[in-house]
Amino acid sequence: MTPPLEWYLVFSALLFAIGVVGVLVRRHVLVILMSVELMLNASNVALAAFSRYLNSMAGQVFVVFTITVAAAEAAVALAIILALARHKDTVDVREMDILKD
Amino acid sequence: MIAMEVLFVLFALAALTGAVLMIAVRNPVHSVLFMLLTFVNVAAMFVLLNAYFVAVIQVLVYTGAILVLFLFVVMLLGQQRRPVPEVVRSVQAPVAILVGLALVVEVVGVVVASAVTAGHKGHDTPQAIAAAGGNVQALGQQLYTTWLLPFEVASVLLLVAAVGAVFLAKEEI
Repeated sequence: MTPPLEWYLVFSALLFAIGVVGVLVRRHVLVILMSVELMLNASNVALAAFSRYLNSMAGQVFVVFTITVAAAEAAVALAIILALARHKDTVDVREMDILKD
Repeated sequence: MIAMEVLFVLFALAALTGAVLMIAVRNPVHSVLFMLLTFVNVAAMFVLLNAYFVAVIQVLVYTGAILVLFLFVVMLLGQQRRPVPEVVRSVQAPVAILVGLALVVEVVGVVVASAVTAGHKGHDTPQAIAAAGGNVQALGQQLYTTWLLPFEVASVLLLVAAVGAVFLAKEEI
């Protein structure tokens, strides 16, 4: 027997919430970016689950696009973090506040 | 024959444990490795959902490419820098956990209160997918017909991201 759709959605919600907590709690900029990736992955689980239970391939197509966007986002964000760490010599987000001035 | 529910619970527990440890451990290298555990278990979840192609690109792109990229940057930024002082005794952590719990309660409430499977059903039944030749064939057919324009736009996005990453990572900006 297959688990019902609700199980997958609750699992996805838990994974997403852990990502939110990670973004709010951590101060290491790379771990914050990893938490964002975790949230994207949680949404992928929900999309694939809906795709399976509503008999529509569109959900899996969306997952493919989400993974593409996540790859592009990770590449650009890591390049920005590298440039920033070279400039400020820190990976602490509290010290990356020069846009405020 | 193990029931799918048992497998689901196993994969879900492993993925959630990896996620919690990812945000809990201090060392960013360990964070990346716990993230690997989560992503591999999410890939297993995709297999349970009959999304075989998505499971493969989850392993190839996420754990193969993105996580290795993260690991490279963590190693490149190195441990010799000042360690990041994480929140220890601050009001920030309890508030963040409360926000996360509220989010879970809201989503679970919506899932329980609404009939999530009663929506309009599509035409891609398991029989139709089997008739098309399997998951990969069915997905590819839709990707290159219905979703052709978004697919091409995504390829342009990847090109822009690659050029942007090379430009941003240069020494002098």
